[in-house]
Amino acid sequence: MWSYEKRLQYPVNIKQPNPRLAQVIMSQFGGPDGELAASQRYLSQRYSTKNKKVAAILTDIGTEELAHMEMVCAIVHQLTRDLTPQQIVESGFEKYYVDHTLALWPQSAGGIPFNSCFFQSKGDPITDLVEDMAAEQKARTTYDNILRLVHDQDVCDPIKFLRKREIIHFQRFGEALRIIQDELDRKNFYAINPDFAADQCK
Amino acid sequence: MDNREKLFACITATSFVLDDLRLFLDTHPTDREALAHWEKLQKVRNEAVEEYTKCYGPINSYDVDVNNKWAWIEEPWPWEGRC
Repeated sequence: MWSYEKRLQYPVNIKQPNPRLAQVIMSQFGGPDGELAASQRYLSQRYSTKNKKVAAILTDIGTEELAHMEMVCAIVHQLTRDLTPQQIVESGFEKYYVDHTLALWPQSAGGIPFNSCFFQSKGDPITDLVEDMAAEQKARTTYDNILRLVHDQDVCDPIKFLRKREIIHFQRFGEALRIIQDELDRKNFYAINPDFAADQCK
Repeated sequence: MDNREKLFACITATSFVLDDLRLFLDTHPTDREALAHWEKLQKVRNEAVEEYTKCYGPINSYDVDVNNKWAWIEEPWPWEGRC
């Protein structure tokens, strides 16, 4: 069960529209390393994990990713609010506009639609947590790439906040992986799936 | 900054500290310093949310005070920004 709070995790107040930048930033909504993929990755993976700490971290980071998705969408929305047809054509936003007007739709900056193949839910906490750590780094790189293109402080500020959260999440997933590995049977040094048929490894 | 903005900024800041502490406590559930910090911030946040809800409207729909109207839809949605 989730309960909506009518506030953003970190404020987004953009005064200057910039549809060209919006088209880049929307990748962090529906792109391969975006917040939608992140939230669904962790919230899908949590059901099969038997470790209570790992179930908690997947639930709570997955939930925070939903709030990050909302922030990215708020940025894209505010960058494309009240555009004129002339601004749309001049900024190259017309290819998105023709299908979605000024609505939010999950796709990458290059126009590739959101796809659940952007993430895995493998039912093995070691496999999943290693993927989760990589995912946080990929998202951090994407925010670094975005920051090189942004000159508006109103946009820079929330993007920097999101970038820092990727680093924290990477740290927490690293701890979760260590917790799982510490609890493994000593003989399971290849770290074979502790959540399924663990007896076979003993 | 008027009182409403101050209160909202307090909710944003204290909520964020709790968001961050929540993740830390998931992997360090017995850390005394983190637990004490949680307890302190939780109280500040609860008071700020209560006062904001009473004066300016609900942040969470469970807290809507139905006084012949549905206040949940009245205040702007968060993605609209404040400019």
